[in-house]
Amino acid sequence: MLELVQAHAARGAIVVLGNHDAAALGRMVPGLNSQALAAIAWTRPRLTKGQLAFLEALPTTVREEDRLFVHASAAVPERWTYVSGVRQATMSIEAANAAMVFCGHVHEQRLFFMGEGRFAMPFRPTPGMPIPTTGQRRWLAVVGSAGQPRDRNTAACYALADLERERITFYRVPYDFESAAQKIRRAGLPERLARRLERGV
Amino acid sequence: MQPPHPGAEIDGFRLGPCVHVGSMASIYRLEGRNGALPLVMKIPRLGAGERSANVVSFEQCRMVLGALAQSVHHPTLVAYGDVETTPYLVMECVEGARLDEWLKRAPLEPLEVARIGHALALALHDIHRQDVIHLDLKPTNVLVRPGGSATLIDFGLSCHRHLPDLLAAEFHTPVGNWIYMAPEQAAGERGDPRSDVFALGALLYELASARRPFGSPTSVGQLRRRLYRDPVPPRALVAGVPPWLQEVILRCLEVDANERYASAAQVAFDLANPGQVALSQRAERRGSAGLLRTAVRWFRARSYAPSPAPAPATAITPLPVIVVALSGEETSEPFYEALRAATRRRIVAEGACRIACITVVPGAAALADDTPTGRHIKQLVSLRRWAKPLVLPEERVTYHVLESDEPVAALLDYATVNEVQEILLGPGKDAAALVARAPCSVSVVRAPPPG
Repeated sequence: MLELVQAHAARGAIVVLGNHDAAALGRMVPGLNSQALAAIAWTRPRLTKGQLAFLEALPTTVREEDRLFVHASAAVPERWTYVSGVRQATMSIEAANAAMVFCGHVHEQRLFFMGEGRFAMPFRPTPGMPIPTTGQRRWLAVVGSAGQPRDRNTAACYALADLERERITFYRVPYDFESAAQKIRRAGLPERLARRLERGV
Repeated sequence: MQPPHPGAEIDGFRLGPCVHVGSMASIYRLEGRNGALPLVMKIPRLGAGERSANVVSFEQCRMVLGALAQSVHHPTLVAYGDVETTPYLVMECVEGARLDEWLKRAPLEPLEVARIGHALALALHDIHRQDVIHLDLKPTNVLVRPGGSATLIDFGLSCHRHLPDLLAAEFHTPVGNWIYMAPEQAAGERGDPRSDVFALGALLYELASARRPFGSPTSVGQLRRRLYRDPVPPRALVAGVPPWLQEVILRCLEVDANERYASAAQVAFDLANPGQVALSQRAERRGSAGLLRTAVRWFRARSYAPSPAPAPATAITPLPVIVVALSGEETSEPFYEALRAATRRRIVAEGACRIACITVVPGAAALADDTPTGRHIKQLVSLRRWAKPLVLPEERVTYHVLESDEPVAALLDYATVNEVQEILLGPGKDAAALVARAPCSVSVVRAPPPG
């Protein structure tokens, strides 16, 4: 997995640090449950020096023109706040000072947008449906999770932002979650981590 | 910002004469080489002193129009400008008369009301099945093309159920035209296509009677009156309104969306087949509800909550009408029984579907020795006899004798006009032609082999 991300980074991909990465580096990360800790304990000794250095060098946010990339909320990135409601979305959008914020952390796809009101409006995107995102309003896209979707749909999530045509499309793509779950079991990791891939929860 | 003058050039488009100046936008014809379509440019009134709602509704309009598949039922979006610097929409220039032109002649003949209503209902169904709800249906937002099809314009208040609703964030009073607005829309619901069915009913009411069903409310309190006060039945206003038309209009205008037609396609079906409208007490109503009943309804209306909107299903079944074509070459009883069995399976699987039994007879000129009416009745009798063992309630089955020398063309035409879901018929050369050309599924039913 990490090799794949590193290869993308070498080709110029934007990569930001996530809470599990920070935990694997031995940093203080609040809110991780016992299964997550077990997975991290499994991961740490398996990381090479080069991989550790790669993770160590990852920024928590990346700004590219008027776009901001962050794992959780842009308000205080290291606090790993879940952007799961309009209040957190509004705080993230306001702190980001960008036209478009891209984040993950919350495993379900959402698009928040600012209107005239105090709080951002939530929207649950339909996979494959391009959504115009004009520069005049501010948007926050929770692109979902590639590895652990949690909306009872086992397909992985991703989103494509078309900067030229000013639109974003959310996608779901089926993958071989059965093999992934088998690998988790063979590694002796908690059964629940395998089962949640099979059930999408 | 001053509106531009004719002759000005915007992003390579040269403005022609200004054809419309409204409170929200101005519309100009475009001149010069623009490809196959004649075009117009719509420029919203933005900037100092103009309502910010115009900006949002401009964004919403271009978003929704841009997402709709090209069709005669709404203008095609060709280009748009940046909302911040040069906001404009370049769209197909739709030739046709606005519905307010027709209203000047109201009350119209019932069949003319049905013809316009049918076209409008098909246009609504076209956008509904793409999960778009217009929500601002009014006479000035409907154009009737010279060919008779209706075109919906101005999608500035519309809602696309797979795109963010930019308007939901902006407004606290109900947006849309209060004269034609459905009660649930007045209560803030923006996700129910049946709200357009209500507005369609209000338009038909006005076309048929020259009166507005709920007057012209100017306050939210007056707007809410439609929750508990019935409109005067159209037949009490215009004696010539037939029961079927009143039935269709009043069913569209039901307060509870669940009591209305489930889809605009069903309104289109009834308006295209007046003789087949299942009449209820609505058709016979001669006056509004009494004072006591209105008082009870007023009391209940205080805790009004809209019926839940149906789930967006991009294929809201294109009106579950199943056609059974009985004019083929195969006429044996085992075949008819097989056809009944196939029909029964559809009835079980489809729930609310309607069965349209159709036979096609040659045009009147072809058979000089027989009167058209006599033949017509004979055919109807045999259609009814075929359907009798199905024991369908009256409103679930319709019978049609189509006169045409080309049975395939007649069936295709029927299937297109009535948004038919499936055609059942026997084998033969007509079946092959239908399979190739029909806009819907076609199933060829065969009698079981003997023995």
